[in-house]
Amino acid sequence: MSKNLKIDVHHITRVEGHGNIVVNVTNGKIEKLEWQVPEAPRFFEAMVRGRSYEDIQIIVSRICGICSITHSLAATKAVEKALGVKVSEQTDIIRILMHYSEQLQSHILHIGYLAAPDFFGVPSVLPLVANALDVVKTIVKIHRVANSWSELIAGRPTHPITIKPGGFTRIPSEKQFRELMETLKSTLTDLKVIAGVVLSIADNIPKFERETEYVSLKQTNPPTYTFYHGDITSTDCNGRTIPINDWHKVTNEYVVEQSTAKWTKWHRDAYAVGALARFNNNSEFLTPGAKEAAKMFGLKKGCCNPFMNTIAQLVESVHVAETSIAMIDKLLTKGLTEEKITVKPKAGKGSGCVEAPRGILFHEYEFDNKGNCVSADICIPTNQNHANIQKDFEKLVPEILDQGQDAVRQKLEMLVRSYDPCISCSTHMLKVQFVK
Amino acid sequence: MNKPRVAIFDFACCEGCQLQIVNLEEEILELASAVELVEWREAMSEQSHEYDIAIIEGSITRPEDEQRLKVIRSRAKILVAIGACATTGGINKLKNNFDLEDVKTCVYGKDAGMPHLDTAMTKAVDEVVKVDYKVHGCPMHRPEFAYVVRCLLMGKKPEIPEWPVCVECKAKGNPCLWDYGQVCLGPIIRAGCGARCPSAGFRCFGCRGYIDNPNVNAAKDVIEKYGLSVDKLKSKMVLFGSKQRPTDE
Repeated sequence: MSKNLKIDVHHITRVEGHGNIVVNVTNGKIEKLEWQVPEAPRFFEAMVRGRSYEDIQIIVSRICGICSITHSLAATKAVEKALGVKVSEQTDIIRILMHYSEQLQSHILHIGYLAAPDFFGVPSVLPLVANALDVVKTIVKIHRVANSWSELIAGRPTHPITIKPGGFTRIPSEKQFRELMETLKSTLTDLKVIAGVVLSIADNIPKFERETEYVSLKQTNPPTYTFYHGDITSTDCNGRTIPINDWHKVTNEYVVEQSTAKWTKWHRDAYAVGALARFNNNSEFLTPGAKEAAKMFGLKKGCCNPFMNTIAQLVESVHVAETSIAMIDKLLTKGLTEEKITVKPKAGKGSGCVEAPRGILFHEYEFDNKGNCVSADICIPTNQNHANIQKDFEKLVPEILDQGQDAVRQKLEMLVRSYDPCISCSTHMLKVQFVK
Repeated sequence: MNKPRVAIFDFACCEGCQLQIVNLEEEILELASAVELVEWREAMSEQSHEYDIAIIEGSITRPEDEQRLKVIRSRAKILVAIGACATTGGINKLKNNFDLEDVKTCVYGKDAGMPHLDTAMTKAVDEVVKVDYKVHGCPMHRPEFAYVVRCLLMGKKPEIPEWPVCVECKAKGNPCLWDYGQVCLGPIIRAGCGARCPSAGFRCFGCRGYIDNPNVNAAKDVIEKYGLSVDKLKSKMVLFGSKQRPTDE
């Protein structure tokens, strides 16, 4: 087997945004091994300065098309914190339902359209249309349900138009919520079908492990598998949490010469965020159906195989569907009320944090007494995963070096995809000079 | 008849418009069978240099991206810009209202001086190359995209509305958001979205760009009627209406 490798994946496909993989191995010695990001920076933190508190969500939603609801919610929570606005329990529940619709949409997009071709060994989902039409149709069906669900609450699937500081511009009717509940019940059945299909090809998930610190939200009161409330924790914290306001102590962003992006580190030289991180910190609070799905795949707390993130997403898809059915039931039992919202601008600073489908997300804004933005700071999940992807590369490549150029390239691409990166999200990204 | 070869490319954007293509759900399978998709980085591993129709998402923010776009233009018979970032520059043009050095320092702090951190004024696609068709909006409106693609396949010229959002909003019987104290840009923004935002109770913030001949005097009358300042209107217009130079008129 050759001891020389030269891999230069320019703009890896089937991920959101632009990333490169560069590997150079001569006589079995790794000379260069890099995960690079050449995404054009868009400078959101600079652009929001001077804008009114009521326009912040409109702007920062555009950070990401796939997780626009998540960005909108993190920003709105931060704005409300800065302005001292409290929201009702009803608003809180409907926002979480909106957030869950995006978790399902994004997870299914990743499992079905972006990651699945790797499992089946094809270049895209299109060849699967010919070979496994029923499966593709089920994926499309779940994706459509998730999007209609977003549309119902957020006004449309991408870039929500019903969120405002203090509440909503409008909410769905009780009848619409009841219909959604029925739809989600049948989606659970569809998810089981997909879980069965993924299980049948689970042998193609590489067996690779690297001890990793996993960072996510943790909610103790009441104990919940949380995407929305709670404080920050990690698998290195022994159950302790730190408040959202102190998020800079977690991210510790820094620039490295070899990298194209700001990296983050907490207790170790890298950490990971995302579905597997949430699972590793909170899996005991999953719904029964989600626990069953995890069991099918032998996914257990403490899993350090990054390729299993896709499976954790599948488990979470079941969880959000089951939880949402219960939440809608609670809403309907109480009955919906129309709320009057008044928000007055004032000077202040606030942080907001939610779990994006691909990991924990932080927004922070400061406003002057007219409610105009003075400064902003945003830290995106994919940024927090870059250092960890690099560390995974460094452990994985020596282990699989003898499998040859194509297998190494394919496994590295698959590894990057398993993190479900959302590279255009990464406002902090630096520009890179390509290694030619 | 040979199926037209279609390639999809992205520049500085959130990829939300490509997502709208995926969001066509079952319809995408039909569209994909009517054309030959030869490159779409977000969804497929295949890549190609030969295509008839190039679909472009995103704005142009760096010299090397201008070069890449010019190469794509030279290879394509038809070039379609999708979404506000590509058709007008969109939200990315907010950056143009600041000094670029200041923008870089704001985001990168002490590292802002590094040469590889350079950025240029944001441009729309048609500020760099000729654009044949535009699908406006942030994100683009799915039915409008499907309509434009159908027109292209049939060799017809798509009709894009030349009237303001207010027309569609009134036709839906929505109450005017100005009466509720919201600064809605409906009177000067291009229709075609079905007045989606005002229908959801959210003011129009102008993602489809201005109509070709906005009635500026009438807009001023509206501001006076509701006792609002031009500054307040301007602060809403810069969101999606910023230009290549700092916006001030």
